[in-house]
Amino acid sequence: MPTTFILNGRPVTVQADPNSPLLWAIRDELNLKGTKFGCGKAACGACTLHVDGKAVRSCSYAVKFAEGKSITTIEGLSQEGKIHPVQQAWMEEIVPQCGYCQPGFMMATAAMLAEIPDPTDEDIDRNIVNVCRCATYYRMRKAIHRAAEISNTPS
Amino acid sequence: MSVNKEEKQGFSRRKFLLRATIGTGVMLGIAYGSTPLIRRKIAGVANSAEAPYQGPTDDPKLWFEVTAGNQIIMHCPKVEMGQGTFTGLAQIAAEELEIGMEQIKVVHASSASGNIDQFATGGSTSIASLWVPLRQLAATMREMLLRAAASQLNQPVAGLQALNGVVSGNGKSLTYGAIVAAMTEWTVPETPALKDPATYQHIGQPYPRVDLQDKVMGAPIFGMDATLPGMVYGAVVRPHTIGATFAGADISEAEGMPGVIKVVLEEDFVGVVANSYVEAENAKRKIKARWTTEKVWQTADIEAMIRVGQGKDVTIQKEGNTAAVLEQVSASVITAEYFSPIGAHAQIEPNGTLAYVEEDQVTLMLSTQVVKITRQEVAERLGLKEEQVIIQPTFLGGGFGRRLHTPNAMQAAVMSRAVGKPVKSFFTRKEEFQNDTFRPPTHNVLKGKLSPEGRIEALEHHISSGDVMYGSPLLPRILQTVIGSDIGAWRGGMIQYHGIPNYRAVSWRVQLPFATSWWRSLGLLANTFAIESFMDELAEQAGKDPVSFRLEHLTDSPADVRLAKVIQKAAEQAGYQNTASNGRAMGFAASTDATTPCAQVAEVSLQDGKLKVHKVTCVLDPGLVINPDQVRAQCEGAIIMGISSILYEKMEVEDNELHPIIYGAYQMALLKDAPKEIEVILLENDATPGAVGEPPLGPIGAAIANAVYRLTGKRHRRFPLEG
Repeated sequence: MPTTFILNGRPVTVQADPNSPLLWAIRDELNLKGTKFGCGKAACGACTLHVDGKAVRSCSYAVKFAEGKSITTIEGLSQEGKIHPVQQAWMEEIVPQCGYCQPGFMMATAAMLAEIPDPTDEDIDRNIVNVCRCATYYRMRKAIHRAAEISNTPS
Repeated sequence: MSVNKEEKQGFSRRKFLLRATIGTGVMLGIAYGSTPLIRRKIAGVANSAEAPYQGPTDDPKLWFEVTAGNQIIMHCPKVEMGQGTFTGLAQIAAEELEIGMEQIKVVHASSASGNIDQFATGGSTSIASLWVPLRQLAATMREMLLRAAASQLNQPVAGLQALNGVVSGNGKSLTYGAIVAAMTEWTVPETPALKDPATYQHIGQPYPRVDLQDKVMGAPIFGMDATLPGMVYGAVVRPHTIGATFAGADISEAEGMPGVIKVVLEEDFVGVVANSYVEAENAKRKIKARWTTEKVWQTADIEAMIRVGQGKDVTIQKEGNTAAVLEQVSASVITAEYFSPIGAHAQIEPNGTLAYVEEDQVTLMLSTQVVKITRQEVAERLGLKEEQVIIQPTFLGGGFGRRLHTPNAMQAAVMSRAVGKPVKSFFTRKEEFQNDTFRPPTHNVLKGKLSPEGRIEALEHHISSGDVMYGSPLLPRILQTVIGSDIGAWRGGMIQYHGIPNYRAVSWRVQLPFATSWWRSLGLLANTFAIESFMDELAEQAGKDPVSFRLEHLTDSPADVRLAKVIQKAAEQAGYQNTASNGRAMGFAASTDATTPCAQVAEVSLQDGKLKVHKVTCVLDPGLVINPDQVRAQCEGAIIMGISSILYEKMEVEDNELHPIIYGAYQMALLKDAPKEIEVILLENDATPGAVGEPPLGPIGAAIANAVYRLTGKRHRRFPLEG
């Protein structure tokens, strides 16, 4: 049974088994590879994307739940040629090393900032719980604060 | 340090390869270096803990490609796994090519280009080993372009200069792209003199990493992201127990599962190919594989094996006569023993391969640190020539040594051959945790004796470890005999305080029933934890400050002087205090790895009974720094990865299964555990670039344990501390 949802602002329909993980429909059927597979058990956060603006670990989220919803992936985070504050901050702080987990972290961060525009260190510790094996956490914390600053600065 | 200077360097002028191609300009290739016996090179590793450059040595190889748009594409034989090697090598090449950073693009060299590293990417050697060859290659290419421009412009070479990818002189100019497009015959010059360091434009600059934009925008650059038209998925059944040998499988139920194209049953493995990832994994669960095992192992069995005094011992370092001092009947010998657990790589991108076997050619796209061995294994299994197997390395979603053997490439190729389609196959997370090539557990015993003046008279270090280098396909068995001991297991295990009159280090080899191998920094983490914790224990017994106590035992040899400088700088920068105050305490430790000394001060507290690392001051002297921002990034990452291991990480063996099998249960440092302050200071007391990626993992364990002792009075001699 096909499932229809909005992906990065455009309506799409996928044929994937409605009970299968959304991650694979996005990666293989819709061919967007920025959302990563890390563990398949919602334990690492590499597959984090947004469902109606909330961070969701898509390896453990069934396709059928996406019906009618708005999905954003790392490829759709920046819109209309304007880089998203989180991605801009990640560039400024030169956060990535291997880079594999970074889309998940950026999506988790963008969702947090939508709820908590100026997070404290404690907010960050509580909300950003993905795994980065290169351990780029020191720069991530700086980038998260910087992203909040960019977002909160009138342009 | 750079490449082994005793070996003849330089490249054969006869072997420049010039090949016109359609659309991309001209490829310039070159064969670098002599072909000394690998045996001698590896023996050199044992002596100096450096790996000389193992680049292509026979036929011409593709290094640089000049496009019509005046861009130079560098085909890199080293892979990018986050360590920043693409960026550093681009800076080095751009320097001698006289081009801007925006004019160079680095790509992974396909094995079809011939530019295959003969060893691996790893061991913190990429920049150091290519430092001389890459500059020579780039400088020679610049000289070729100058001479070609001279003939095209009808000007003497002496009146021309190359800058930003343009050759100009006497009011005329040509871009490199234009020069190459107009050239059919090339003259290969002698390698010109390399640039004076005082004139460097790129080397030493903190440029953003060259792959930054791709990694921030989510570009499909990893092995996991590779695709080919008509690609399907394979899933291999992997053992969940230790020492399991494949003994066949009942595949009948799996064959009838939705989406299944074929179940591939081989002598040594079974896998299933299906239309999608989900269908392949679902069908895999219906395969009833049979395994034989000889014994049921538990953690206690493994711990009982890893004990100093068991297995084969080799003395790896000896000065004076420790026995004469330590075995005196009246000697008050101080002894302590330390332990480390089994560690997992836990890199986030699972191992996997996309393979496509066509009639007489195989294409493989994967994250691997060993292109050469992977190609050999696939060619051997399929009965093909190595030239028929094309490996296209991708960006690695973490390396850390996990991809120094990638037999999954062979399995994907076998499945592709069976179905005649491109097959992508990779590990599940449980399979990663249970089939890792683990960091081996260790047991370290240290014995020391102090003089009445509080100086160390004798120090002995005994290391018991599972294999690291031994058993690795990277080193043929014969070389193990040549080297005589496992240099990976004892890495960081030598005594670095050469002012001690009598010292000795001994490596005890234990063969464990599961695979143990290279893990970022190898034995350095555990061995430095032991030695540098013990140095603090001795300093206390001697009634001395741990920093001055360390300095007292260094000589005026160049290596000791470099170490002393990082120790002094770290103590000064951190404002090292030997007593706790305001609920916080500092710990000090230092190590030298592959000629790079590093000293760290960790500042800790206990919050609700939980250990918290607030600040780490890190002083590293890797010699000449190519990109200070990337060196800092490596230090920051190594420090937090070290905190993760020292505080939390541990694998256990329960009823023959390795556990945990998932993140979280395998506890690792998260953002909340990262120090809010990491201060990195770089010293450059050598004119050539040295190791960076691993040395800063040395001191962190002991720095934390020493800080905890000052805070609580409890001496931790086993990590993980919070485990």
